[in-house]
Amino acid sequence: MKRRQFNKAVAAAGVVSLANPFSIVRAQAQKLRVGVILPRSGVQGQIGQSCQMGAEIAPAVIKEMLGVDIEIMSADNESNVDTSRTRAERLIQEGAHVLVGAFDSGQTMSMAQVAEQRGIPHVVNIAAAPPLTEQGYKFVFRNFQTAPDIVREGLSLIGELFQATNTVPRSAVFMHVNDTFGQAMAKGIGGAMQRLTQLPFKIVDTISYDPAAKDLTVEVSKAKASNADFLLLVCRLNDAIILRREMVKQRWNPMGIVSPGSPGMYEEQFTKTLGKLADYCISNVPWYNANAPLTKVVEKAMAKRFPKEKLHFHGLNVGFTFEAILVAADAFKRARSTDPKTLADAIRQTNITSKMMLGGPIRFNAKGQVEGIGSACVQNLNQVPTVVLPASAAKAKPVFPMPGYKKA
Amino acid sequence: MSFDLVANVVVAGLFTGLVYGLMALGLSVIFGVVRVVNFAHGEMMTIAMYAVTVLFAAWKLDPFFAVLPAAAGFFVFGYLLQAGLINPFITRPEHSQFMLMVAVAIIMVNALLLAFGPDARNVQVDYQLESFEIGKILIDKARLYAALAAVGAAAALFAFFRFTLTGKAIRACADNYLGAKVVGLNVKRYYALTFGLGSACVAVAGCAMVLLVDVTPALGPYYTLLAFVIVIVGGLGSMTGALLGGVLIGVSEALAGLLIAPSAKSMFSFGLLIMVLLFRPQGLLGRKS
Repeated sequence: MKRRQFNKAVAAAGVVSLANPFSIVRAQAQKLRVGVILPRSGVQGQIGQSCQMGAEIAPAVIKEMLGVDIEIMSADNESNVDTSRTRAERLIQEGAHVLVGAFDSGQTMSMAQVAEQRGIPHVVNIAAAPPLTEQGYKFVFRNFQTAPDIVREGLSLIGELFQATNTVPRSAVFMHVNDTFGQAMAKGIGGAMQRLTQLPFKIVDTISYDPAAKDLTVEVSKAKASNADFLLLVCRLNDAIILRREMVKQRWNPMGIVSPGSPGMYEEQFTKTLGKLADYCISNVPWYNANAPLTKVVEKAMAKRFPKEKLHFHGLNVGFTFEAILVAADAFKRARSTDPKTLADAIRQTNITSKMMLGGPIRFNAKGQVEGIGSACVQNLNQVPTVVLPASAAKAKPVFPMPGYKKA
Repeated sequence: MSFDLVANVVVAGLFTGLVYGLMALGLSVIFGVVRVVNFAHGEMMTIAMYAVTVLFAAWKLDPFFAVLPAAAGFFVFGYLLQAGLINPFITRPEHSQFMLMVAVAIIMVNALLLAFGPDARNVQVDYQLESFEIGKILIDKARLYAALAAVGAAAALFAFFRFTLTGKAIRACADNYLGAKVVGLNVKRYYALTFGLGSACVAVAGCAMVLLVDVTPALGPYYTLLAFVIVIVGGLGSMTGALLGGVLIGVSEALAGLLIAPSAKSMFSFGLLIMVLLFRPQGLLGRKS
């Protein structure tokens, strides 16, 4: 190359870098800052803390898997919708490149609004309300089932449960928490029951209650008075505990307590507080694949970081929170940039096949929703949440009706 | 809707209402004499509930056996709080008293969060999940015992104010501040005594309440608000009114949950509050100012 040509080339490179000064910064983006917002105190504190474990093990595991550095910026939304919004604003101001959260649908919605307004990608770990991915948001992505998906999978598993145990319950009383999630589930169940005519039971009464209720005497009295064969329940954790205790006090022993897809009954605190009373409660929920290689990696990381905790109590919360951060890290690795729009575009192209939770690969559709996430029928047996259906993933046979069942 | 269902719900509401009444009684006693509205009332009961869970965890001490030590401890706490912190504010404007007690409440909630974390705690006594059966009515044992403790504590408080010299002196301070001073009563000391008694009352309510609900630091503000509703419905400064208000709120919440919708329980008790404020602002048994 002659000197003049060389000088021209250098001058051209200088012009290009001046026109695009951030290219240097982008190339130097070494670390992805992930803002994780969870309800670590308040009514949902226990579940939020369970999810938080997934966030805390993620950096080390993801560094090993993808060679990517991530920094977790944690915030507690105190189980409050408005606090969730302000925490999201604060994390973005403090430099978060992507947000993850927030478990509760209402809290997640307020966070998603901030993320969309500020153009920061938000990967929802756990939240089922359909509007999250139905409003045309460009920066919100969800790797979790929507309420209709949960209901469809959950009710279908209920049918399988009856077939597996040769039982034909004719009636159910439906109790649900009266919050964003509970109402979405109630709407979904109402619609699904009309279509799923092969299910042998009818819902004879529907009782909604405050998720922060301290006393469920009236609600359980009403449910017992319905003389239903079994209890169909959409709950949270604290209310599930109060409800189960109240059922014992009122000597109400239905065929079973079955959740078509809600938290609470598979959580460690439920079993720890209730002991044997927690047994035989069933939750049809998205669950982790115990045989997946990534599950074993996460389990090992959990055992190292939280030696007193067992994955089977936290699998759903830890698994989906971990996967949400994995999605962000995977996108960062491909995008090689922390520019929000670039990250969002990369998330849209995600195709993760090596995952922990049941179901197909993590691939987002045009609305930012992952389809094909699977559910399992998880029953507490000997105070351990155990997969009993589908048969291909089952570790034990389902028990239905519960011992102590008395026909009214 | 069967009679059994209604009867079960009303009985449960009545027993819960008695415990609410005891909780509100402490607030009513304090206001009736000291003329300070204790906005940290629910928080004090929450502290008592935590104290009982600690005693149970350490020594398996039944909440009913914890009543005496809890009441004694809270009496001293209330006495010192009044004598040391609240006394200077008695002659100050009401908004200053309000800010002081709200600040005390916030400090209490956050101290509990720091000490115990956000997780719910409870006591698991042997009779926690048992019930008596009278015909078709099932009576929750723990709720019945809690209600009996509330009635006993309220009766003791009534007897104290009616039959003891100290009780009469406190009533004199409440009825006529100047007259009490003129006859030589140490009014400040009696104010502190009254605050101590009100605090002891709320401690007993806490011992009973811990059998009915799980305790978290966030419980305080809810019960402070509930205590206010009860006291306003019953009549600020009226002890009988506080008990009656508690029972009314307990039963009306239960019936509203049954007849309207369980999620409408709180709505009904606030509706009752509004009706009382509109048509009988001094409360059901309160005196017009």
